[in-house]
Amino acid sequence: MTTTEPMRRTPAPPSGTFLGMPTFPTNAKAQLNNTQMRKNLRNATTTIRAKRAKVVGEVENWEELRLAGAAIKDRTMRHLDSYLVLLEESLTKAGATVHWARDAAEANQIVVGLVKAKGVDEVVKVKSMATQEIELNEALEEAGVAAWETDLAELIVQLGHDRPSHILVPAIHRNRAEVREIFLREMHLYGTAAPEGLTDEPAVLAGAARTHLREKFLRAKVAVSGANFAIAETGTLVVVESEGNGRMCLTLPETLISVVGIEKVLPTIADLEVFMQLLPRSSTGERMNPYTSMWTGVTPGDGPQEVHVVLIDNGRTRVLADPDGRYALRCIRCSACLNICPVYERVGGHAYGSVYPGPIGAVLNPQLRGIESDIDKSLPFASTLCGACFDVCPVRIPIPDMLVHLRHKVADKKRQGLHLEPTIMTGAQWAFGDHKHFEFMESMAAVAAKVMKKDYLGPMPWPASPWTRARDLPMPPTESFRSWWKRTRGEGK
Amino acid sequence: MNAREEILSRIRTSLADVVQPDPALDVPNPWVYGQPTAMPDILERFVDMTVDYKADVRRVPSDQVAGLIKDMLLGVGVGSVVLPSGLDAGWRQAIAEAGITIHDDDPQLSRAELNGIDAVVTASAVSIAETGTIVLDHAADQGRRALTLVPDTHLCVVRADQVVSDVPEAVGRLAEAVTNGNPLTWISGPSATSDIELSRVEGVHGPRTLLVILAE
Repeated sequence: MTTTEPMRRTPAPPSGTFLGMPTFPTNAKAQLNNTQMRKNLRNATTTIRAKRAKVVGEVENWEELRLAGAAIKDRTMRHLDSYLVLLEESLTKAGATVHWARDAAEANQIVVGLVKAKGVDEVVKVKSMATQEIELNEALEEAGVAAWETDLAELIVQLGHDRPSHILVPAIHRNRAEVREIFLREMHLYGTAAPEGLTDEPAVLAGAARTHLREKFLRAKVAVSGANFAIAETGTLVVVESEGNGRMCLTLPETLISVVGIEKVLPTIADLEVFMQLLPRSSTGERMNPYTSMWTGVTPGDGPQEVHVVLIDNGRTRVLADPDGRYALRCIRCSACLNICPVYERVGGHAYGSVYPGPIGAVLNPQLRGIESDIDKSLPFASTLCGACFDVCPVRIPIPDMLVHLRHKVADKKRQGLHLEPTIMTGAQWAFGDHKHFEFMESMAAVAAKVMKKDYLGPMPWPASPWTRARDLPMPPTESFRSWWKRTRGEGK
Repeated sequence: MNAREEILSRIRTSLADVVQPDPALDVPNPWVYGQPTAMPDILERFVDMTVDYKADVRRVPSDQVAGLIKDMLLGVGVGSVVLPSGLDAGWRQAIAEAGITIHDDDPQLSRAELNGIDAVVTASAVSIAETGTIVLDHAADQGRRALTLVPDTHLCVVRADQVVSDVPEAVGRLAEAVTNGNPLTWISGPSATSDIELSRVEGVHGPRTLLVILAE
């Protein structure tokens, strides 16, 4: 840290914003050079894919569960206004205070206000995609409040001055040796130091995290969480986790603030029987995750006695407006689509320019944020359309169909200006529209092939450069099939 | 327009294509709730699945529970326990006779005090065979949530009649406690993480030792 920077309370994240990022292919190219990260990701995704396949295979009615999950989510999304009003009523009756936020700025303002009103300068956090999405930690930091991430992977990301690269395991791009280095370098700056003689055994590293965070859990007065599910009929919030850091945050502090996307609502408690089967098996590949907490507003004598729930829109109503795009709101953030995706496995999560990477990110971000920025315009193309993501999705989100749908939208938007792609398509229309035109193009290609004498065309100059940068093109044959046919069989035979 | 009104209004505008006002008719759901999962032996499956998470699980007749609690606590070197107010009096007596220091949560112990106690002993509400899960509804024989969280060892007694086949049956049994406002804690093995290279490691923030007695 240089002396000109103001003192921070928590480790600084990398500079720059997600929306300022270049296009996916540019990011991907940079990430592909990181061989360590590719190796880490290959190991991790191979492990998790096998675990998931095994425990999903144990469930005889898995397909019925998927259909039920999709139906419950669709039903809720298509009547979201009434379920949200019911949720608000149930929460209020149970002693919670409900807040509504149109966007990230408003949500951050509400949370910062609640935290400042308690007169504290730190909060402990349960891993939450919603608070990552609104960049709450930085808003709290600016207000002089330290937000401590308590999930092991989030802690690794925070202490590593890094960004998350996976929905479930945000530090999936780091291996044990890198984690050890981060702990040794950073822990003592923000609390209990890593023990002397720290090895890179995962159990030892987990032990260091336990010791480092215990003092924070024991003194924290305010916690911030998200929620996996919010039950409309009872006002019950659900947090699904592994380590017990969630239980610590949800139980020990006096005040609990939960930031919940409006699509997290489920109609009834009974619906949990579907999702508590779908989620653990799809995400960590376990029959059940170690810990799940469910709480309904304030429980007298048990846990936080002041409970706030902040319901955030932040683009979700925009997703809802597209009948072919709103399936993305079924997502329960399991990350099975990331783990199975051949593109994600190779480029990692950072290339997607969002806290939601992978196939679901490619359909969710352009809808949540709109197709204005370079990164969001490029995301629908960050896929080979192989379809594996749909096969593993526990709520049957038709990601490949939606990618094609969004590609159309991006193409329509481009058509409004002068762009290369529509011009090429017009050229293709000319070439394929008449056999004489096509034969002319073939003869030109054959001439080119004879002149160049190569097997493959590598990167070519503009205007072909964007396409050929990432692809090798076989040389056209020196003789086309049509001319070979004419030569060997002759006309009229 | 305030945020609440604006968000609700945005939703209604976005859903202009939805014409059926009844959610159940609009999107039918063929799922039949609350069905059991067929399995040869529910209790055996529960034990197998819980052991799979590296919990120490023992099956005994009900009249031997008190003695086993004492043995298991001493077996892992427990010197002090916190006991919920509604715990079985016989279990409490056996623990006292073993020379283990007993703390009561009345008045409520501070976080620091809980952090200095070795173990907690509780009953439970419902258990799930297929997933090896124990659910606490934090009734008087289980205590408030912090008791089963901060001490490093949790000994939990499960009655055979509390074990159901799978998640749907369990959610059905737990619905009443939720409606009454009870918090629930679902526990599947000791605290664990898969955050480093996605390999599972037992023992992070929750109790690192989970001892389970299945009482028949």
